[in-house]
Amino acid sequence: MNAPHALDTGPPHAATVVARTQESPTIFTLKLRLDDAAAQAAYRFAPGQFNMLYLYGVGEVPISIMSDPEERDGIGHTIRAVGRVTRGLAALKPGDRVGLRGPFGRGWPLQEMGGCDVVLVTGGLGCAPAVSVIHYVLRRRERFGKLVIIQGVKHSEDLIWREQYDRWAKLPDTQVLVAADEGGALWPWHVGRVTELFDLTRFNPARAVAMMCGPEGMMRVTAEHLLARSLPESQLFLSMERNMQCAVGRCGHCQLGGAFVCRDGPVFNWGEVKALLAHRGF
Amino acid sequence: MFSQPDRARFLPLAQLHALVAQLMQLGYQCLGPAAENGAIVMRELDAPDGLPRGLQAEQAPGRYRLTRDPLNRYFAWANGPQAIKPQAFAAKESLWRVERDDAGALQFAAVLPVAPAQAIVGVRACDLAALALQDAHFLAAGRRDAHYAQRREQLFLVAVQCAEPGATCFCASTGDGPTPTAGYDLALAELAEGFVAVAGSDKGNAVLDALSLSPATPQQIEAARQQGQVAAAAQTRSLPGRNLREALMSRLEHPRWDEVAARCLACGNCTAVCPTCFCHAEADEPALDGRSSRHERVWDSCFGEGHGYLHGFNVRSGIRSRYRQWLTHKLATWHDQFGRSGCVGCGRCIAWCPVGIDLTEEVVALTASEVQP
Repeated sequence: MNAPHALDTGPPHAATVVARTQESPTIFTLKLRLDDAAAQAAYRFAPGQFNMLYLYGVGEVPISIMSDPEERDGIGHTIRAVGRVTRGLAALKPGDRVGLRGPFGRGWPLQEMGGCDVVLVTGGLGCAPAVSVIHYVLRRRERFGKLVIIQGVKHSEDLIWREQYDRWAKLPDTQVLVAADEGGALWPWHVGRVTELFDLTRFNPARAVAMMCGPEGMMRVTAEHLLARSLPESQLFLSMERNMQCAVGRCGHCQLGGAFVCRDGPVFNWGEVKALLAHRGF
Repeated sequence: MFSQPDRARFLPLAQLHALVAQLMQLGYQCLGPAAENGAIVMRELDAPDGLPRGLQAEQAPGRYRLTRDPLNRYFAWANGPQAIKPQAFAAKESLWRVERDDAGALQFAAVLPVAPAQAIVGVRACDLAALALQDAHFLAAGRRDAHYAQRREQLFLVAVQCAEPGATCFCASTGDGPTPTAGYDLALAELAEGFVAVAGSDKGNAVLDALSLSPATPQQIEAARQQGQVAAAAQTRSLPGRNLREALMSRLEHPRWDEVAARCLACGNCTAVCPTCFCHAEADEPALDGRSSRHERVWDSCFGEGHGYLHGFNVRSGIRSRYRQWLTHKLATWHDQFGRSGCVGCGRCIAWCPVGIDLTEEVVALTASEVQP
């Protein structure tokens, strides 16, 4: 697992919005740069880790980092405007200031993935914590086997990064499968559950690593399918989501059994959490 | 506190004020028991002889009433709603503040508490055990919480053996009382004529030295030891084991969770009085002039609506899942995190529950029977 590289647990660092992209009616991406140039240059994260973003006078939210880990001039966050803080963040323009603490948590097990087929199964905005893995793999393409990208959304208009999915689909040894529960006009992909796409996937379960991020129900069904295809449990990972306020395993909101999701996760091996995921409301 | 009987000293009843005076002279703000709003709370002593005598409280599920001790002792009371926790883990405090200038630039600065040196007189064994768990959470190597540390380092703890446990107490079954064994600067056991006094730290030893006390006699030490044994034997409640992890985690769908959820109000009183609960929320309090904002942390409860809130839905939307979260964290998954149960047997959650839910009774109901289909 990747060692966390936290800036510190004190107050946030001042950061400036350098770019804002509207991805869908409710989803937007903020590229942030730390105001302290040395801190920005030294900032490193592992795909799967997250930052706490602070909106002045309102509060903080945990947001996974979606940018390419090799990128040095900014840190990308794709956010859905859904609550007090995220609606405020949605109103920011380039030049506006925020606070940033991070990165926090344990990212995806990229070091141990060498030589493996890589299978990503994501739902909704669960694609954001996984997209930096795609960047990571594509930059080191020779180290990995097949790349299988599966993304599901509720409505076809919820799909973000459509051009990127089209581009990835054209790459060699890369399979892109997208599904929408409800398809709109000119929707070129599957209409139905993301889990209905599994039979189309081509990878070697004995030499693959699978990563999931999305609604817990979707991840449970995905895990059942992948394990039934003889993917070893040790090769199945997921990113969990819980209320997080401190990000350092202190405030207690993100506890999942004995684990603090912010510190011990958000990425877990399936075996670490499968027993609790079977119980609603844990 | 009786492991080195040759080091135990005797503090005559009439000299108790000299101990408090000594602590005050050393610069400690001294906290001790006081009756306030019908409960025993820790308040600053304004004079060395300010410790009240004869306070006692009757406790039962959902019940707490002040009474008088017929023997007029200083420490014949069992615990009130709070003791040490708020002194180390403040109920509300600022973590950092931010200023915004006219151009919109933000400047962040840490806010650290100014903690006075504080002596708490009358700390019980359960609360020392709870403080050790709070220390394990807030002062873990590499993850030290500066705010907690600042307050914690200032504490001087004068523990007192419990001679009269409340009806809600069960520290003997959790192994945390009623006689203090560790974590104190000074420990006292109250006898009719005075106190057996033992130092647990160099600071505590220096305080006892300054009082020029005579050694406690073997009879006095034996009387105090027996008093602890009698107090342990007098406890009527207990937990069915010190490690209930498997027993509870294998019963996550037990029908008793629904049954207790029907009684539980999700008011959060149990978590507010629990000396080991560490959950806290973080929230901003912007200044009225719009130029600055403070980032606060406030005690929070897993029984609250917001505790499991996640963008548009609640992970634990019903009381069943919240009570289950609280009880399984306290008694089961706490073992994963801290190597022991999170319950020290103080019984506060029983007394201060407005509907009198008794966790020892719930645990027995949950674990006595097989899991229902």
